[in-house]
Amino acid sequence: MARRYDSRTTIFSPEGRLYQVEYAMEAISHAGTVIGVLSKDGIVLAAERQATSKLLEQEIGSEKIYEMNDNVVAGVAGLTADANILINQSRLIAQRYLMTYDSPIPVEQLVRQLCDLKQGYTQFGGLRPFGVSFLCAGWDQKFGFQLYQSDPAGNYSSWKAACIGENFTNAQSILKQEYKDDDAAEGVDGAATQMSLDDALQLACKVLSKTIDTAKLTSEKLEFATLTLKDGRPSISIYSSAEIDALLEKNEAVIKPADN
Amino acid sequence: MEAQFAIAGKDFVVSVTDKNVVHSIVKMKHTQDKTWQLLPMTLMSVCGEPGDTDSYAEYIQGNAKLYSVRNARDLSVGETANFIRGELARALRSRNPFQVNLLVAGYDKEKKEAALYWIDYLAAMAKVPYGAHGYCSYFLYSVMDREYTEDITLEQALDIVKKCIAVIKTRFMIDLPDFTIKIIDQNGTREIEQSDL
Repeated sequence: MARRYDSRTTIFSPEGRLYQVEYAMEAISHAGTVIGVLSKDGIVLAAERQATSKLLEQEIGSEKIYEMNDNVVAGVAGLTADANILINQSRLIAQRYLMTYDSPIPVEQLVRQLCDLKQGYTQFGGLRPFGVSFLCAGWDQKFGFQLYQSDPAGNYSSWKAACIGENFTNAQSILKQEYKDDDAAEGVDGAATQMSLDDALQLACKVLSKTIDTAKLTSEKLEFATLTLKDGRPSISIYSSAEIDALLEKNEAVIKPADN
Repeated sequence: MEAQFAIAGKDFVVSVTDKNVVHSIVKMKHTQDKTWQLLPMTLMSVCGEPGDTDSYAEYIQGNAKLYSVRNARDLSVGETANFIRGELARALRSRNPFQVNLLVAGYDKEKKEAALYWIDYLAAMAKVPYGAHGYCSYFLYSVMDREYTEDITLEQALDIVKKCIAVIKTRFMIDLPDFTIKIIDQNGTREIEQSDL
């Protein structure tokens, strides 16, 4: 019976569910893991590449982490082809805002406009929803560093540490345990945590080592990016293979299998 | 034939606009306030084709407030001025352009400085320390060029305004009896009378 409500995205089932949207979210929970961690001096994004091969060219282009604007970088989980459309849209939205107001788009506005687009595909018929979740790391003048998670239904929420993709429930609970959240610090310089960027990188490595089903973490399987402030301006750095290897070596202690 | 000018200091802007409404050779009114409070810390003075001035200013005021409601954040002076210029440029290339000259003055809370933007009906925009539009600018720029200094205080600026008004009264063919004088700073906008200068 349920099948009757499967084929069309915009029809509620008798239980009040939208199956196509739920299937899209299911698809994402099989995609490569993406982790975002907020620290007081920047945000770390880390992503797992699922399909790897010796023949794949690793140095050219990143597959999971994209720059949306000078002040926003995003990690994607889900269908990469769908994500490309949304990444392109987000870049357009950001440039349009820059043209109108001559200032960088506030992070939440960019995320909201992107989610409005995603929401449209769960309400207006004939097409399937975007099978993509984002972790958007951004900085703006008013709210400083922010980390947003979004899903195919068009919901978005702001996090201190978040995870999407395969094993996200596990990763989320590790993040919850390990994240150093200092309530006393809340409100001081707008920072909600005492963690430094290095702490955040270490935590991301640790969580990835515990959630990814592999013997050893290598740069082939991973992507890293950070968003920091340089001279009061946001600066995005997407790590090269060599930088990822150096990072993994530095944090070897936390990612050793013995630690599990 | 209207008079419209403004002077910006480090943390304030003084905006001066005449109060005449003229139709053909008849003065219809001499108490019109030609400034629009767009946001608590942003003021726009508008001169030009009667009708165009009101509809354009109302449109801008509405959109500035809509942005605040939608995004829980006010546009800064610079952002507002850029939006105003963009909309004016779009209308200019349409069937119904607006013939309006504008001065956008405000205080930027984030940058902690005052800013003044000069925008004409052809949608040219410049961030200026002082600016004027129309015939009056022929007289006023010479006064402001001579008197303006960086780090100008409010008292000094009001003194320049006084001298500008004196020049208008002596040299300008049109009689402009009264002016709207407004000061914009971090506390918002306040109006002073010509007699208080």
